[in-house]
Amino acid sequence: MEGTCKKDLIKNYTKTVIPPTVSIVLALLVSSLIIKLMGINPILAFQWLFKGALGSTNSVAETFLKASPLILTGISFALAMRCGLFNIGAEGQLYMGALASTVVGLYMPPVPMFIHLPIAVAAGFIGGGLWGLVAGYLKVKFGANEIITTIMLNYVALFFIGYMMHGPLLEPPGFLPQTPMVAETAKYPKILAGTRLHMGLIISLIALVMFYILLWKTKLGYEIRVVGHNPTAAHYAGMKPNRSLLVAMFLSGGFAGMAGSNEVLGVLGRMMEHFSYGVGFDGIAVALLGQNGPGGILLAAILFGAMRSGANIMQLATGVPVATIYVIQALIVIFIVCSEIFRRKGLKPFQNIMYRYRKKGVDTN
Amino acid sequence: MDSSVVQGIINFLSADLRLATPILLAAIGMIYSERAGIVNIGAEGMMLAGALAGVIGSFFFGSAWYGALLAVTVGGFAGLIFGFIVITLQGNQIVTGIAFNLLGLGLTTSFSRVILGSTSQRPEIDSFTAVAIPLLSDIPILGPVLFKQSIIVYFTIGMVFITYFILYKTTWGLKVRAVGDSPKAADTVGVNVYFVRYQSIIIGGMLAGLGGAFISLGLVSLFTENMVAGRGFIAIAAVIFGKWNPFGVLLAALLFGAGDATVFRLQSMGTDIPYQFIRMIPYIITIAALAGFVGKSRAPAASGIPYDKE
Repeated sequence: MEGTCKKDLIKNYTKTVIPPTVSIVLALLVSSLIIKLMGINPILAFQWLFKGALGSTNSVAETFLKASPLILTGISFALAMRCGLFNIGAEGQLYMGALASTVVGLYMPPVPMFIHLPIAVAAGFIGGGLWGLVAGYLKVKFGANEIITTIMLNYVALFFIGYMMHGPLLEPPGFLPQTPMVAETAKYPKILAGTRLHMGLIISLIALVMFYILLWKTKLGYEIRVVGHNPTAAHYAGMKPNRSLLVAMFLSGGFAGMAGSNEVLGVLGRMMEHFSYGVGFDGIAVALLGQNGPGGILLAAILFGAMRSGANIMQLATGVPVATIYVIQALIVIFIVCSEIFRRKGLKPFQNIMYRYRKKGVDTN
Repeated sequence: MDSSVVQGIINFLSADLRLATPILLAAIGMIYSERAGIVNIGAEGMMLAGALAGVIGSFFFGSAWYGALLAVTVGGFAGLIFGFIVITLQGNQIVTGIAFNLLGLGLTTSFSRVILGSTSQRPEIDSFTAVAIPLLSDIPILGPVLFKQSIIVYFTIGMVFITYFILYKTTWGLKVRAVGDSPKAADTVGVNVYFVRYQSIIIGGMLAGLGGAFISLGLVSLFTENMVAGRGFIAIAAVIFGKWNPFGVLLAALLFGAGDATVFRLQSMGTDIPYQFIRMIPYIITIAALAGFVGKSRAPAASGIPYDKE
């Protein structure tokens, strides 16, 4: 997870481009075998997946629709990671952000869209951010490991949302655990006629640019990255590691919260239980595949968005279950994790094995 | 006391023990791997794999025992792969664990459809039933709670004691603890750090697999998508709240199981009490334990750190 400013990107070309590409190829190969095992032709399945994701204007729109929350949760994980934090809690932060946006969308007195929508989005950022800050505070103040606390806070958030959906925010007469529709002025306007694509995509792209500027062009971001590399050195350099950790957790949670707002204000128009289906966790895969950098996150989010968008068509046409997409995603992550050792040590582990093998060969001869 | 009240208490405690069993199995498995320095966030996925393997084994071989055997095998294999990634390739344990959860969800959902057909026409399968132990099960209240359970439940309780014995009274247990607390020192005195870690994570996977099979063959007798429903994560909570000690983990699992049993009670009575807050309790007290509010919970020192011999 070394720094990837522009110069590094070119210099470390082999380290930033090859592992993700090889991981994707390997993941597709292994999942082909799995699809084959189901008795289905994998080439056909991938053809339909591709067609379903990019075959028409509408499917391209759906791909970007699915990519935009992934961009945000990808930023969320990457930002915390840059500060040396494992924020596994994007899912919970996403829900808390969605809840805050929903409340603003439902209960704010009538105002024009240019006031209502930004406030609803900001509420989502703050809602998710505060939920992230809980884990940050527990770490800084009590030394509680953020990996575990963020996992636990996911569930606390999920059950809290469950309570809100069944209780105080339940839409009358209460057939489904969901809220009423938010005001029209709080919804993201559509940006492509005849599709569901909405302004949230543009907001996600702006967030991506802001993520880049924040981390690589500001003092705050510089401190976050230094703390991520070496908190002790940061401390002796006169920085305040604890403050950076808190800021990073707040911002990380905030971007995850925005992903929740994106779904509520752009796609669903209301909040409901279990609407996310793991977008928060997918952000981890997006950030890893994207090497925690803005360009990589964008490409990875589009790839995952495309898989999510094409999966239904693939299931309809070939019978490969949508869940096979999770397998592909998981395999990509696993192969990237496996490639880390080569990034650190080059091809040495391989050479060692080869060397031992050759030595044995000599002995037996 | 009114006999229906007594019966209610018996039912509640009995349900508590039953509901705690899958959590406890996975958590005991995690004690081994965590004590050896491996954090297994992927237990949820391994449990799911075990749940499906259990149903498949029971379906094709006609006995829940074959199901359990298949689940243990699949879980152990998952542990082996997990071990290869995080021990040999020194991959990040947290990320690998999350990938395993996703992999478990994806594979089980896909293959349950392919192998067992759609949800509406699920085949009848053999499952675990309660086996009353003669004499002991006649003890009032305690008898039906403790001695009228499935054999897996007895095995699980037995594992708590066995694990305590193994960890604290055997050489291998000492090695496990040493490898998790200071691998370098263990290596210096000739302990094969990698091998001990492999053994621990495989045991962890096997027990998680069995825990999953007990959900699909003990609590119900079918497989549904994502049926583990977060128990793998509750197991993590139980290990932390139980301070990495088998008896502590037993109490934690029973406490969390009691929460589950209470929720089922409330739901079946149709009350308006927001049960979601009861469901939150395990996670909140685990956070509190981590933050040191209810006795500081300290992880093994080398937990989560790959060991590099060079």
